[in-house]
This record gives sequence, C-alpha cells and structure tokens, in this order.
Amino acid sequence: MEVLVYLVPLALALGALGLAAFLWSLKSGQFDDLDGAAWRAIADDDPPQSAQK
Amino acid sequence: MALTRDYSHYVKELDAGVAHLDLAVEGVSCAGCMAKIERGLSAIPDVTRARVNLTDRRLAVEWKKGAVDPAALIDRLAELGYRAYPFEPVRAEIVEAEQSRFLLRCLGVAAFAAMNVMMLSIPVWSGNVSDMLPEQRDFFHRLSALIVLPAAAYAGRPFFRSAWRALRAGGVNMDVPISIGVILALGMSVVETIDHAEHAYFDAAVMLLTFLLAGRYLDQNMRRRTRAVAGNLAALKAETAAKFVGPDEISEVPAASIRAGDIVLLRPGERSAVDGEVIEGRSEIDQSLITGETRHVAAEKGTAVYAGTMNVSGALRVRVTAAAEGTLLAEITRLLDNALQARSRYVQLADRASRLYAPVVHVTAALTMLGWVAYGASWHDAIVTAIAVLIITCPCALGLAIPAVQTVVAGAMFRAGVLINSGDAIERVSDVDTVVFDKTGTLTLPDLDVVNARSIPADAFSLAGRLALASHHPVAAAVARAAQARAPLSAAQEEPGKGVCAIVDGVEVRLGSPSFCDADGLANEILSRDPEVSVVAFRRGTQCHVFAVRQQLRPDAVTAITALKTRGIAVELLSGDREPAVHHAAQALGVAVWRAGVTPADKIARIEELKRQGRKVMMVGDGMNDAPSLAAASVSMSPVSATHLSQATADLVFLGNELSPVVAAIDYSRQAVALMKQNIWLAVGYNAFAVPVAIVGLATPLIAAVAMSGSSVLVMLNALRARRAGLEVR
Repeated sequence: MEVLVYLVPLALALGALGLAAFLWSLKSGQFDDLDGAAWRAIADDDPPQSAQK
Repeated sequence: MALTRDYSHYVKELDAGVAHLDLAVEGVSCAGCMAKIERGLSAIPDVTRARVNLTDRRLAVEWKKGAVDPAALIDRLAELGYRAYPFEPVRAEIVEAEQSRFLLRCLGVAAFAAMNVMMLSIPVWSGNVSDMLPEQRDFFHRLSALIVLPAAAYAGRPFFRSAWRALRAGGVNMDVPISIGVILALGMSVVETIDHAEHAYFDAAVMLLTFLLAGRYLDQNMRRRTRAVAGNLAALKAETAAKFVGPDEISEVPAASIRAGDIVLLRPGERSAVDGEVIEGRSEIDQSLITGETRHVAAEKGTAVYAGTMNVSGALRVRVTAAAEGTLLAEITRLLDNALQARSRYVQLADRASRLYAPVVHVTAALTMLGWVAYGASWHDAIVTAIAVLIITCPCALGLAIPAVQTVVAGAMFRAGVLINSGDAIERVSDVDTVVFDKTGTLTLPDLDVVNARSIPADAFSLAGRLALASHHPVAAAVARAAQARAPLSAAQEEPGKGVCAIVDGVEVRLGSPSFCDADGLANEILSRDPEVSVVAFRRGTQCHVFAVRQQLRPDAVTAITALKTRGIAVELLSGDREPAVHHAAQALGVAVWRAGVTPADKIARIEELKRQGRKVMMVGDGMNDAPSLAAASVSMSPVSATHLSQATADLVFLGNELSPVVAAIDYSRQAVALMKQNIWLAVGYNAFAVPVAIVGLATPLIAAVAMSGSSVLVMLNALRARRAGLEVR
C-alpha cells in the first residue's frame, strides 16, 4: 500500500493542474463568448488579429 | 450645413495610447458574419483589435488613439452590411458579468474538490465493509479535509455572504440553512477525523456546494444574457441629437451629452431625444408615444417639444430645457414614483418555502439530539446524529427546485421573443387574470401602413415608393415600406411641408399633400369614408392616386386576444386616443371593455379599481403615458418599440411585430410555477424518506451522497419539461 504515498499526491496534482488551467482560461476571457467560441473552432482560418496579438 | 458625427462620448481610453469602443451590432448571427466583420475592420490601418462577441452580439474595437475616427468604423461596418451603434455598458450589466465570473470560479473550485474527494471517499466506503485499516482510513480522511476545507471556504462564499446579509437584516433565506448545513458538516467531519471515526461528511458538503453553484451559475448566466440583449436594443435606439456647434454647423452627438440651453435641430421624421422649446421653424408633431393621441399637433415658435415625440413635416430649431423639468415628464415621473411605492412587495415562492423550511429542519435536528440523549446515548453520538439530519435535509434539491425551472423558462421565453426584466416576473405573470392593453403602439404596430394598397396599380405603387425614399416624412416612409422600395430616384427634390417631386422619363412625378398633387377631390372622398386615416397623394402626369395610411393592428392581434380569452383571462383596452379610433380597434378585436381619451391618472385609477376587486392585472403598454400604469399593475409588459421609461418600468419586454409573445409569456409562466411547485413537493418527498433514516442514526455519508445527487438530478430533469410549454401558441 506504500504506493499510495506517490499515487494520491500525483492524482491530486493532476486535478489541481486541471483546476489551474480552468481558472486561467476563465481569467483570459475564454468563457465570455461561448457561442462565438463554438463557431471559431470550425472557422476556416484564424481571423488576422489573433496572429497580431 | 456641415454635419459631423461625434462619438467621443463613447470612446474609452485605455493605457498605452489605445482607444476602445464597444458597439452593438445588428444582424450578427453566424460564424461568417464574425469573420467578415473582424477581417473588414482589421484591414483599416491602426486598428489593433476587433473582436465580435457572438453571445452578446457586440463588437469591441481598439485602435491607436487619434489615428481613426470612430464614425469611419461605423461607416465601414455599414459597407459590410451591418448596422452598428455605439454602446455604453450599463453599470448593472458590468456588476452582473463580474458576478457571473465569480460564480463560475467558485463552481470550478467546488467541482475540482468534489471529484478529488470522491476519489478518496469511495475507497473509504468500500473499505468500511471490507478490510481497510483504521490508519489508512484516517489518512484518507485527513487528505479529504486538506482538500475540502480551503475549497469550501472559497466556493461557499456566495452562500455565506447572502446568509449573513439575511441574518443581519433579521430574516431567513434559503442560504441560511445551506450555510449552517455546510459549516456543521465540515466541523463535525473534522472532529470525527481527529477521533479516528468511521464516517466523515467532507464529500457531502462539497458536493452540495457544487450542485447549488451549478444552479446559481445557470440562473445568473441566463439573466446576464437577457440583460445583454436588452442593452443592445437600448443601444440600437440610442438617442442622438443634431446639436448646433456653430451658427451653421451641426454635430450628431449622443443625447446623454446634451445640456440645457443647447440648441438642436429636429429634422422631419426624427424623434426628439430632448425636452425643449421651438425657437425657429414650423411643423407638426406626433405625440402619440407620449399621450396615445394619434392626431398631430401644430408646432411653431414657443411650442414645447417633449422627448419621444416625432417631428412630422418641417425642420425645427429647438432650445433644450432641462430634461426632468418638462411639465409633462415631471407629472408622469411623479405618478410613476407613487405607483412604484404602492406596489406591494411580492413574496417569492422560494422565500416562502425557505421560511417554512428552515425552522422545521432545525427543530427536527434539535429534537433528534434531545431524543437520543433522553434515550441514553452519549452527547457525542446524539450531536453527530443531529448533524447527520441537518446534512441530509440540507436543501440541495430545494435550492435547485426554483432556479432550475427559472433558467429553463427564461431560455424558452427568450426564444419566444420575451425578455425578463425582473427576477420574480415569472411568478407574478402566472397569477394574471386580467390583461389591460394600451392601443397605440401596443395593439397596433408602431409604424404606419398603407391600407388601400390593392386599389393602386403596381407600377404606380413602386414608382411612388422609390420617390418616397427621398422624404423623411413618416407617411412617405410608410409608402416606401409598403412598396418595398430599395432604389431611390435620382434628382428627387423635397419641398418642405409639401412633398417630393422628380422627373422620370420626361414626366414629372409628385408625392405629397393632396393640394401639392392637385388631388383634393380624391383625398376628400377617401377621408369621408374613413376619417381616421392620413392621406398622401401621388401624381404622374395626368395619373393620380391617393394612399390612405394608418396604424395597423398587429398581424396576430385578434388571434392573441382570442387566445387570452380562451385561457379565462379578461381583456380591457385603455387608450389616450380619440373615441372613434379606440372603438374601431375594440370592435375589430372583440374587446367589450374599453375606454378612450384616458389620462395616465385615469389608467392608474382603473387598474387600482380592478386590483381592489381582487384581480391580478397585467398591463401591456408602450408610451410614456403608460409608464405609471405599468408600475401600478401587478405585472407589466412592453413592446420593444416602447419608450425608455416604459421599458425600464416593465417586468417583461417582447420583441417583434406580433402580439403572441404576450400569450406565450403567460403560458410559460403558468407551466413554470406548476413545475416549481412540483419540484418543491419532490424535494419534500425526498426528505420524508431520508429524514427518518437520519433520525434513527442510519444515515452514512454514502446514503447522503446518493440521496442528494439523486434528488438534485430528478429536480433538474423535471425542470427541463418547462421547455415544452407554449409550443401550441407559436
């Protein structure tokens, strides 16, 4: 059962990584326009200003 | 006269020399539009960013300060085929967006904690019935505490804050039992972990928070969305005024930046954005939005002009008086204040439920504790059992029962063309048994329409339509619309106060007043048949036609009124317009109870009379004169073409040219309240099963988890049924 000492923290770290990614995406405004994001994913190419940014 | 447009009022300056402008854009509906607009604007030099928000139908543009004229951006958008309006976000909207992000952050944290704690809880549950060592269980419990305590402190804030506010105000809301349940569950679990006990309720506490936050977020998001649309509509109607910045120089500025004493030009066909006094010019003014009266009044030097009235024929120079000091507006504002004060505070279903719920649950928990002590159990065991009762009754399902339905219904109503302004509107609409309509602009379309289109030859009609494009007169605009004219005639000339004329194939064509076209005889004949219409004459060489124009009833008005009657709702018509016009409309619609020529005070008096008879009155109106009665009724609705004041007062706003959203709103609301009550009963039923189990001390964390998630999912699924209401009226 000693393996738990590694596995449990590892599992939690992965979870925390996911949470951090979520909070970052929220902060960078990726949840502000969910309808638009759905369409942008299948747009032919990126609008030019995303290259400039 | 030189005309410039000045949008500097709306431009925000960010740091590093970047200017920022928010625009509400009409007609953005797909990915194609998004790419087209963004590319089109980015092609302009010095524009650093252009991003469309498809959810809110808005566009954010940034450019190097001073390098681009905002008016040029709007022209560019017009070239691309999109009408855009500068936009000033309302404070309430900014607050709500922030609130919605806060809830989403809390939800993320709570969901993370719930998932990871489950990873630790399931081994404990299965270990308890097999061969887990006490040391391993303690290790898992401590890890759980490590995850859950900070997560709950973070994610529970929306509930803790609201509960604290309610307690400080001396009341109880749903968040009080939620907060007590969560805090006691965490406290007990910590003590039990230190005591090496078998059960800890960390997972239950954080799961409860996750479910409730999901409900709150959905609710908030729906509200934010409808508010964004309402904000766009306000921007589309954004009031601008042509202000004299020099003796002969005019600048188009937002009405918000006009001050008393400024002089503005009121062009024909333009709605005044300010209150003022005419200092030069002669015209007729349409005050129907203010008084409901459709007949025009003459305006000359010294005549008072009110915001919301339309200038019909000649250009007027108007000196602005302080907006709030206009006698008519002041009177209406006074009535509005009184009516708002008189509106008794409606106690929402959720509050009523929690007022009953909190004491019952807390008394049950206390009795459980005392019962076990009397039975001979130790204080420790008795307290643990009592807390288990609180956890299992913690209003997971009850907290979701109402917001879940509200979210689904608000979404369904949004698709049916109804925007919800106030939170408890759905519950108040469901009680309605009497609907009082205003006539002008509510039962009728806000724009004029040609009534004798069939009697006019098609070629003359389309030529008249093209000629009408040259005029700003509202009657001419109606002709152009009816003819679906797109291409204006070149070299058409407007003679102020008379009409427009042009030469087509060597023949002079004229559109204008009957005397301008030598058509008095024909016009009088039409007027004698129907004195309610306005006439406009058209002459091509020797040919002559007269168009009769009037406000038409909304296309489905008769169906909608009949639909209301079949639902057992009484319908009344109160209008400020003259008796023949109101009588005509009432007859066409089959409304038996109607009154003409009523003042705002009369409308309120009638509504108060109905309320005293125990009726629940819904008022539907659009004019400035309706605002006080909208506030006086138990619930109110406005078409989107209504004045700002009416829209701000109304609980619901409906879009489009049809009246059916009024019926849809009632159907959806009735269905919604039925579902809310069902959901509350489901939650009560769940407690009737779970509470006895907890009282006898058999509730384990596993049972709590299964019961809580089971009941929450059940309530959510039941709420989804609200989508199906109102299908038959669309």
